[in-house]
Amino acid sequence: MNNFVLLPIIIPFFFGMVLMFGQKSLRFQRGGAMLGLILAFISAVSLLFTVKNEGVQKITFGGWPEPFGITMVSDMVSALLVTTTLLLAIFIVWYSFSSIGTAREHFYYYPAIMMIITGVNGAFTTGDIFNMFVFFEVLLMASYVLIVLGGTRAQLAGSIKYILINVISSALFVIAIAYLYAIIGTLNMADISVKIAEINQPAIITVIAVLFLMVFGLKAAIFPLYFWLPTSYAAAPPPVLALFGALLTKVGVYAIMRTYTLFFIHDTAYTHELLLWLSVFTILAGCIGALAYFDVKQIIIYNIVIAVGVILFGVAQMNETGLQGAMFYLIHDMIIKAALFMLVGIIVYKTGTTNLRKMGGLMKSSPTLGWFYLIAAFGLAGIPPLSGFVGKLLIAKGGFEAGNTWSSLFVLATSLLVLLSVIRIFIYAFWGEEKPVQPILTNAETTKLFIPTAIVIIISIAYGVGAEYLTPFMSDAGRLLADPSIYVDAVLKGE
Amino acid sequence: METLMLVLIGILVSVATYLVLSRQMLKVILGTAILSHAAHLLILTLGGLKKGDVPLIEESPGPYTDALPQALILTAIVISFAVTAFVLVLAYRTYATNGTDDFTALRGKLDE
Repeated sequence: MNNFVLLPIIIPFFFGMVLMFGQKSLRFQRGGAMLGLILAFISAVSLLFTVKNEGVQKITFGGWPEPFGITMVSDMVSALLVTTTLLLAIFIVWYSFSSIGTAREHFYYYPAIMMIITGVNGAFTTGDIFNMFVFFEVLLMASYVLIVLGGTRAQLAGSIKYILINVISSALFVIAIAYLYAIIGTLNMADISVKIAEINQPAIITVIAVLFLMVFGLKAAIFPLYFWLPTSYAAAPPPVLALFGALLTKVGVYAIMRTYTLFFIHDTAYTHELLLWLSVFTILAGCIGALAYFDVKQIIIYNIVIAVGVILFGVAQMNETGLQGAMFYLIHDMIIKAALFMLVGIIVYKTGTTNLRKMGGLMKSSPTLGWFYLIAAFGLAGIPPLSGFVGKLLIAKGGFEAGNTWSSLFVLATSLLVLLSVIRIFIYAFWGEEKPVQPILTNAETTKLFIPTAIVIIISIAYGVGAEYLTPFMSDAGRLLADPSIYVDAVLKGE
Repeated sequence: METLMLVLIGILVSVATYLVLSRQMLKVILGTAILSHAAHLLILTLGGLKKGDVPLIEESPGPYTDALPQALILTAIVISFAVTAFVLVLAYRTYATNGTDDFTALRGKLDE
């Protein structure tokens, strides 16, 4: 028995329920949320080291034998993602203290955050495909609450589109599970993998693989299914945007990664080729969007789309190097997107506008913010000592090993466009003449926001510089993704 | 029997698609409700419609119908019920705040 696996899911859930009471006491709400996240983070770190030392951890509810009950599986991939999620959630909640406003804090803001973390961690840990659907709904329902909380006109208009898109993709997810169940007759992910290998992936399974790609692609915003993301995310207030940008699309990316390395691996000439081309077009579409806008929020939002493409390009290579690179880049991207959205939030709070043309000269009034932004921008583009480098290097190396020379060169070349898009923010907002601003928050308040942001950026620097210490974890994750039999044996045959 | 059900589900999906593509908010919500009906019926159908008794051990000696799809549908129904309730209230608020239920009028930038 190994109830340890459940702690990063149960602790936020428990605190989320407790925080639904006493909503008028700010100290209780803030303290409770922080305490819950820190406890969950400690349990996630110890789980990470348990997985590192003792291999894949699992627990089946109710003590049923393996394919029949719901199994929760914590392997290196999910343990790393769960730890990163909780780490970022701590700083985003800290950032919310002085930015989200007491009206929202009094209205179930922290319970909703705890529920979204429950859903994300559950989706990362589950070993059952229908249970994954349920955890998706948990995190989506909480995200509906967060995106609409406050009820401004723009929020209402943006969120109704977000919700309708997700309702439709959830219905498609149910349909895809129904098809898979009709052919395979099981819902346990390890068991599905075994059964698909036994029947050697007939054409209908390939169709289901594409259906799953559509479902998770709608959540992860891949080309041509990313159209809803810019308009809906722009409606959310900065701390919520940081949470969404760092976590939500990554759950979809993780789901594609898991299904395409565990289930659908017997017709890679079709499925992974499709994934490869879609990821290339995703990067292209993201680059066009990131360069087209003069709106700071939109530029970073389109950078989410680019990163999703890069990670999935690593997954499409289906070799250990590419998958290890995808893991490196996935964690990097969660950290750096949280940092960038937090920074952009501060810029917006300082200038009172999201329009780059109305900004300028911030370097004179807040030089520290400027230098930290520059470091984050270089980290995003993957300049060597910083965090984005190792992941992209491994992804490109995996691409060359798999023989996809031109598309790998394309991925490398687009790094320049990524750099250009974020440096444009630096040039327009920080250089030049100072322009008249209507700050939303005072200088003292933005200083409070800057502390958690700076710590997240320092974490991202440490992630890049200390890549050597992370390599054993990442190579475990890469090996596990490249060889599904490790996962299957751990779940079906015991430790 | 399965063929008949699949034709029915196909009709439901096409009706849902048609409604989701309309401009009025309420029609779109009706479309998503019909789409979830179709998805639930599809789980039931693909689980197999072979004749069998209700899955209650004390009521009959068997053979029974497959109990798993029924549990899945029950879960999916409550989830889509909750989401639909949320969307209906949200549509009401959007209508009250923005003064329109037309999606084309909600396009572009609203005041920040």
